[in-house]
This record gives sequence, structure tokens and C-alpha cells, in this order.
Amino acid sequence: MAKPRDNRAWLLVLPVVALVAFSALIPVMTVVNYSVQDTFGNNQFFWNGTGWFKELLDPSTDLGGRFLDALWRTLLFSALCLLIEIPLGIAVALVLPRRGWGVAAALVVLALPLLIPWNVVGTIWQVFARRDIGLLGAAVNGLGIDFNYAQVPLHAWITVVAMDVWHWTSLVVLLCYAGLRAIPDAYYQAAKVDGAGAWAVFRAIQLPKMQRVLTIAVLLRFMDSFMIYTEPFVVTGGGPGNATTFLSIDLVKIALGQFDLGKAAAVSIVYNLIILTVCWVFFATTTRGQGEAGR
Amino acid sequence: MGLSWMAWTWQTALFFALLLATLVVMTLLAALRPETERIGILGLPTTRGDRLFLTLLGAAFIHLGWLALAGDAPLWGASILSLLFGAALFRWA
Repeated sequence: MAKPRDNRAWLLVLPVVALVAFSALIPVMTVVNYSVQDTFGNNQFFWNGTGWFKELLDPSTDLGGRFLDALWRTLLFSALCLLIEIPLGIAVALVLPRRGWGVAAALVVLALPLLIPWNVVGTIWQVFARRDIGLLGAAVNGLGIDFNYAQVPLHAWITVVAMDVWHWTSLVVLLCYAGLRAIPDAYYQAAKVDGAGAWAVFRAIQLPKMQRVLTIAVLLRFMDSFMIYTEPFVVTGGGPGNATTFLSIDLVKIALGQFDLGKAAAVSIVYNLIILTVCWVFFATTTRGQGEAGR
Repeated sequence: MGLSWMAWTWQTALFFALLLATLVVMTLLAALRPETERIGILGLPTTRGDRLFLTLLGAAFIHLGWLALAGDAPLWGASILSLLFGAALFRWA
């Protein structure tokens, strides 16, 4: 006979539920309420139905065009971050020392960027990449390349992506390193007996064993880069022009700059739905492969 | 402190009430009729909760798509499509 499951432990989760209700559920409900209304301040709201959503989904309107542009920029940014950080993170994790004092030293150095708050990272790079006083900017200009992230969109992109790579590749490295350390030596010994090369070991042993941590790394890096705000805001302020105005920056401009709460709420709901969908797809595809491998 | 800052409308209140009712029903179902995962047309192991999540997410996109493409056609069309989509997911996913 199957043992009945005792679900009373769920009661212990109640404090967290209450906390999340205040920090997340009530704000989200408010955003949904705002998204179907318009306001001119003074806490007075007027019913607007699906008007904002219609405008948002029509690229010929101001709001729709803005949203689409910012969405593409954000997706491009996330794609670039993932394409650079994941392979780079795996590569660094593979060459890290496995034993001895070097392990601790390498881990501490790698963890340093992760400990720096976003706005500080932004300020560091804002100065670092400046053409007049920044070490990087001045050095590149000294080489004869006219590097100016405040005026050239491509340079602004390079700066912002380099900053994200600098800040977050360590996270991928640490996750992959943990995954690699969990592989028993017997696997490597078996590979040696079979005469497998480094590439074969990587394809057949290390990569499959890292799949779980890589899923986490990709999810974390996607979500973080897709909702990035502080760092590009501090470095470029969304410029030059709108070249680095990502969705989150545009959202704050609409909500707090123009105080268009209805429009901003509609944008954030669609933004949120996109994140949910992409995360689900990532999760489903990666765990699906795992299920088949496990059988 | 009142709730006026949350700018409630009866439409959104109804929406959240229905959502809450769905969650309550799903919770009761989970307690009274426990289930196991199964693999359907998605090729993924799904539970009732997974199928509900996909239904809600899909319904959101169906409504957005309707707003974008259907012009001035009433939004009920999207709701009916969503119900069909959800029924299909619960049956076959």
C-alpha cells in the first residue's frame, strides 16, 4: 500500500509566502492593474482597456517602435553575453588547477568581480574606458584607434559587453569548476585506458557531466543580461542616441521619466512574459536531454 | 491604509480571483487525486501544474497575438482559443 504523503511541512513555508506576497505578488498585481489604465498623477486612474497593449504591439506607433527596438537590442546583448561568457567560462574552468595552493588563489581572484556591486562596476568601466583619463580608452587611442564610447555606438556596445564579460564570466567559471570537480577520477582513468584525447574526454565526459551546472549558468546569465539596467545606465546612460537603451532602461524612462505608468506596466508585463518563456524553453530543452541520457 | 494606490478595477480583480480559484482547485486536486508525471506530445515529463503553467503562458501570448493581429475583433475570440489550447494541453501534453 502506498504511504500517504504528509504535506503538513508546507505550513512551514507560510512565512516565505507572506514575504513574497509583499515583495512580489502585490507589486505584480498593481502592475497588472496599471496596465489597463491611464493616469495623470494624483492617484487618479482612468480605464484604458487593452489600449496600451495594442499600441505596444503595433510597431508603427511610438511606443511599439520603441519597444521593438529595445527588445532587439536586449536580445542581441543577451546573445552576445552568452556566446562569449559560456565558452570562455568553460575554457577557464578546464585550465584551472585541480589541487594545491593554486586552487584557493584562483578561486579568490575569480570571485572578486562577483563581489562588486553593479553601479560600482559601471563606474569602474565608465572611467576605465574613457578616452582622456581611462587606462583602457587612453591606451587604445594611443595605439591609433579612435575609441570613443560616448559617441560611437559600436564602441559603446564593445564597452558594455566587455564589462558584462568581465563581471560575470567568473560565475560561469565557478559553476563549471564545481561541475568538473564532481567527476570521479575513475572516468579519467577509463578514458586514459581507452586512449582518449583531450577533445574526446571533453565531449564524452566533461561536457555531459557539466550539463546540469551549465543549465544553471545559462539561465542565470540569460536572466541577468536580459534584465540588465545599472551597468549600461551608469556607463552610457543608454546612449549614444538610443544605441544601448535596453528594455529595462527604456522601461524606467517611460515609468519614471515620463510617468506613463500604464504604458510602462504594459511593457513590463510583456517583458516578463518573454523572460518566462525563454527560461521555460531553456529549462525544458536541457532537462529533456538529461531524461533521455538517464534512461 | 486603503488599497487605492493599487488602482484596482473590477476586471483585474475578477482576473486575479479566477487565477486564485484555479490555484486552489489545483491544490485540492493535488491533495485528493495525486498524480504522476507523464510524457505527452511535448516529449517532456509534465504534471498538471506544468500543463497549467503552459496553458496560462500560452493564453497570455494568444491574447497578445489577437490584439496585434485581429484588429477590432472582440477579445473573447482569444479567450475561446486559449481555452481550446488549454484543453488540448491538458489532454495531450
